[in-house]
Amino acid sequence: MAAIEILGLEKTFSVGSWRKRPKLALRPLTLSVEYGEIFGFLGPNGAGKTTTLKVLMGLVFPTSGTARILGMELDDPRMKAQIGFLPEHPYFYDYLTGRELLKYYGRLSGVDAKQLSQKTDAALERVGLRDAANLQLRKFSKGMLQRVGIAQAILHDPKLVFLDEPMSGLDPMGRREVRNLIEELKGEGKTVFFSTHILSDAEALCDRVGIIHLGELRRVGSVAELTSSVHSKVEIVWQGAVAPAAFKTFGAECHTAGDTMRAVIAEESQDTALEALRRERLRLISVTPVRMSLEDYFMTQLTHKSDPNARGEDRRDRRAASATPTQTQAYAGDRK
Amino acid sequence: MNTRILHIATNTFREAVRDRVLYNLIAFALLLTGAAVLIGQISIDIEKLVVINLGLTAVSLFGIVIAIFIGIGLVSKEIDKRTLYTVLSRPVRRWEFIAGKFFGLAGTLIVNAFLMAIGVFAALLYVSRHFAVSDSSLLSALYFIVLQFVIITALALFFSAFSSPLLSAVFTFSLFVIGTFSEDLRGFAGITHGISRVLATGAAYVVPNFSALNMINQVAHGGAISSQLVVYNTAYALVYSGAVLCAAVLIFERRNLK
Repeated sequence: MAAIEILGLEKTFSVGSWRKRPKLALRPLTLSVEYGEIFGFLGPNGAGKTTTLKVLMGLVFPTSGTARILGMELDDPRMKAQIGFLPEHPYFYDYLTGRELLKYYGRLSGVDAKQLSQKTDAALERVGLRDAANLQLRKFSKGMLQRVGIAQAILHDPKLVFLDEPMSGLDPMGRREVRNLIEELKGEGKTVFFSTHILSDAEALCDRVGIIHLGELRRVGSVAELTSSVHSKVEIVWQGAVAPAAFKTFGAECHTAGDTMRAVIAEESQDTALEALRRERLRLISVTPVRMSLEDYFMTQLTHKSDPNARGEDRRDRRAASATPTQTQAYAGDRK
Repeated sequence: MNTRILHIATNTFREAVRDRVLYNLIAFALLLTGAAVLIGQISIDIEKLVVINLGLTAVSLFGIVIAIFIGIGLVSKEIDKRTLYTVLSRPVRRWEFIAGKFFGLAGTLIVNAFLMAIGVFAALLYVSRHFAVSDSSLLSALYFIVLQFVIITALALFFSAFSSPLLSAVFTFSLFVIGTFSEDLRGFAGITHGISRVLATGAAYVVPNFSALNMINQVAHGGAISSQLVVYNTAYALVYSGAVLCAAVLIFERRNLK
């Protein structure tokens, strides 16, 4: 049994003031997240990340489909006592102090009264807000609000933590602290599901990621799996001021730096390219494999057009197979 | 009471207590009661009547303003500011949230009414030098004012569950005004015929009957309030508020929090 099981979750909103029209926020979404996993839910703004989280939290009702968290229904209070949630751009009762807020949430989560003070102080300490514990939230900075938001999500020692854009509003130091905290949560055996559009965070933290765009889950897998699924590239550097004519057929853009030139081409064209350099009697300096980052992969996924007639895995498989030369050339161009 | 409802009610009470607007309104109500003493002094032989009338009206009016002012934002403000997200993602059911908000504001209004009532009794003591046995009916009138607060809180909460604060304020205030004249509405229903009679009768029963809960004039003139009326009015306020709260819960249970 998975920690999160989502089966065909779909959400359509009605938009417009007078003439209501349907807007598809989430296409049928099927996903499972295992216990103890850090799962990154990636997508640009408006992709459907927050809608998915709102459906899972019971804040928005799905148009169709089902989901289970920790093996329980979404409206089961027993399940909600075992999860933590940080909403995007959190806003809290600003008339409360940090300590009062956490105690309030702790009581709502059913934390034992005897342990409440100790758990509150521990959560404040963990997010670096011990000194601001008695300060009213209206005096908190954006970063402090984000920290207190994380504290309320972990206060009651949940098994599963949902974090919507947890790094938002944090400075580089704060981001690193949150990254460490997420790793600590994993170390404690907790499952973490977090949405982000900061890909370096996902790349550094996640066991697996899911990429969502225009309400559709495009791909799911580990970062290594996803980035290796696209055609590999190599960077060739040689001495000289001209590129062999054959390089044009690869669609590679060649760049001059001093008395050397370099080009990034698809790995399968490597032998042909090296042969061309030999024929032209140009001196080869290096051939370096180019590792695709999650960001590169993410961009390639976002440039794919959605096919409304395709369904499920078939569609994903076709996409994976359709990393066409044209797209990889565009990618090569982007990197330059 | 369910502990989660109690915690939400306590937090609602705390929010109201820390709102400076509340203190301004209470201070203004007490000021008005003080003014009643001055006006009473220039009203020969009817000082007591003026103090009771003005004092209780101030308690009623400011309590209703507070009920509407705070009540209309109870749910919509939590949705707008997204504070609700971290509450409903916990083991809190939506009906518990509505109930907690209701009891929190009702509790706030009861405490306010108590504080303002102390002001009224102090003014009364200043004017008449001693309390008479008949003054105990003031307590019944104050109790009826609190029942009005309870109904208005439920109405404000109901409108807040699905509309903006501005519209909620307009709807709640309109119902308060219509409800104040509900006896006239019943009288109008009695003299009309056909569809007008049906509509007027229906409206008279749907709108809250605030006129039955307004005993200020009667107690100011030394009239007594029967215990039977206390029971009827209590039952009426509880049933009416309960029905309105159920409607609020039904709407809120289905609402998407975008």
